[in-house]
Amino acid sequence: MESFLNRYRNITVLLLTILAQLVLLSLQVKNDQDVRFIRLWTVTAVSPLAKLVDALRGGSIGFVRDYIRLHDSDAENRRLRQEVDRQKLEIVFLKNQLNTADRAGALQLFQAKIPSKTLPASVIMMGLGTNSMVFVDQGSLSGVMRGMGVLTPDGILGKVTTAYPTSSQVLLVTDPEFAAGVVSGKNHARGTLKGYDGHLCKVDYVAFEDPVEPGDWFYTSGDDRMFPSGFPVGVVKSVQPGQPFKEITLQPSGMARGLEDVLIVLDAVHQEIPDTPPGSQPVYVAPPPPAAGDAEVAIPAAQGAASGTEADRLKAAYKASGDAQGHTFGDDAPHSKPPDFSKVPGAGTGPAAKAPAPANPAPATKDTAPEQKRPGGGQ
Amino acid sequence: MSYSGERMLLSSQRESRVSRFRFWVMLVVPLAALLFQIYVPLFFRFLSFLDLPLLVVIYLAVMRRNPVTGLLMGAAVGLAQDSLSKNPLGMYGIVNTLVGYFAASIGMKLDVDNLTMRLLLAYFFYILHQFLYWIMERALLRHLPPFDWQHWLVLGILNALVGAALFHFLDKLRVTA
Repeated sequence: MESFLNRYRNITVLLLTILAQLVLLSLQVKNDQDVRFIRLWTVTAVSPLAKLVDALRGGSIGFVRDYIRLHDSDAENRRLRQEVDRQKLEIVFLKNQLNTADRAGALQLFQAKIPSKTLPASVIMMGLGTNSMVFVDQGSLSGVMRGMGVLTPDGILGKVTTAYPTSSQVLLVTDPEFAAGVVSGKNHARGTLKGYDGHLCKVDYVAFEDPVEPGDWFYTSGDDRMFPSGFPVGVVKSVQPGQPFKEITLQPSGMARGLEDVLIVLDAVHQEIPDTPPGSQPVYVAPPPPAAGDAEVAIPAAQGAASGTEADRLKAAYKASGDAQGHTFGDDAPHSKPPDFSKVPGAGTGPAAKAPAPANPAPATKDTAPEQKRPGGGQ
Repeated sequence: MSYSGERMLLSSQRESRVSRFRFWVMLVVPLAALLFQIYVPLFFRFLSFLDLPLLVVIYLAVMRRNPVTGLLMGAAVGLAQDSLSKNPLGMYGIVNTLVGYFAASIGMKLDVDNLTMRLLLAYFFYILHQFLYWIMERALLRHLPPFDWQHWLVLGILNALVGAALFHFLDKLRVTA
């Protein structure tokens, strides 16, 4: 170092001297923006270094931060995955709970609706080696006996083949050994339901002349003394003509929603065979609300409409006509003058009775007077 | 003391002679030059073209043949000039420092006792001084002084002539070995 300074002593002193004077100058001179050169030069000289230091600091800190963040993100990723898995399980659990609640509600509603005495039960396991046998959690201690039918709100499911104290073995309708009496809802074609291949059923002994078409519904007939009549069994998938019986394949409806909750028929009460499929039965629709002026006629109309069928309405019209003529039905002496029914509207024109609306069976009575006084009634 | 009129360049380092001056000379001569510079033009305005402090710096640097001494002398004289002017401190200081350094450096190679050489040195360094000051003004003071090189050349000649006479006078103050 000393030799270096000796060798370049002159130039070093020159530079130092000039530098010192430059510093001196910079302390006094300002640039056009009124900033002293010492400040300008200092900032200009320091700024790049500061930038460099800051870049190094930012880079190193950013690297460390990114590393830590990545480390955290990895841990967070694992945690989120676990959370997602847990949520998925919870969703599945809640869905199952919801389905169970739905099924339980539907089963409860169905149980209250049908006249037969039934016992709710849950399927607890499948039979080994077969898909057409299950076990339910109600047994002989609950009153279950061999031969009892098993239902779901969608249709029949099977029959109890063995009743254990706390559980029962149920043979499903799809088992080839299962048999039950059925009848079609549309044309009342009777037959015997049998399991077919573990998934479908067939209806045997339906005469070839009985009209059965795909889409027809079959119901229990009650002939088997196992199921009460009128419960849905399934819908016809295919019909093959045969001699002497048709070959009918049936899609059972009782397992449409799976095997979860069932009803065991303890005391069967027969029902009517519906003539429409379960899913398309008529739905009651309330009449539209009357206008303000219709309030007075709404009441007698409701009274007259108490009977629902066309025959009831026709009967009410005849009875009203007889009453108007002072005739007492069932008490007239022989050879007495019969009432004149020729004035009964629609009489003799057929049952289609283009007859007056049954809601207004006696237009001459006082009860109907308000109808003629109503505003806008034609007066 | 006689000027050599035959050679301007020295053939070897040994031929160069270092002139020595007493301390008071090194102190008083620059002060006198400064005093002349600020005082005489009050009465003789046409003498304001003279830059006696610069000529003193050139002389002392050339004769001392020591760049450090030359630049320090230039710095001291220059700062003194700055102090007596409206310029920021350092303007003349830096310029005179450079002139002193280069003058001492060149003086080591030249026969500074030669009259022609003295004229040339005084002329050259005056022009250099003006040029450096012009640059400094533009660079540091953000001034826009005119580049009046013709004026510089004329004043350079005048200062060189005065310098040659001054150098001759100052030679009387050298310490003889």
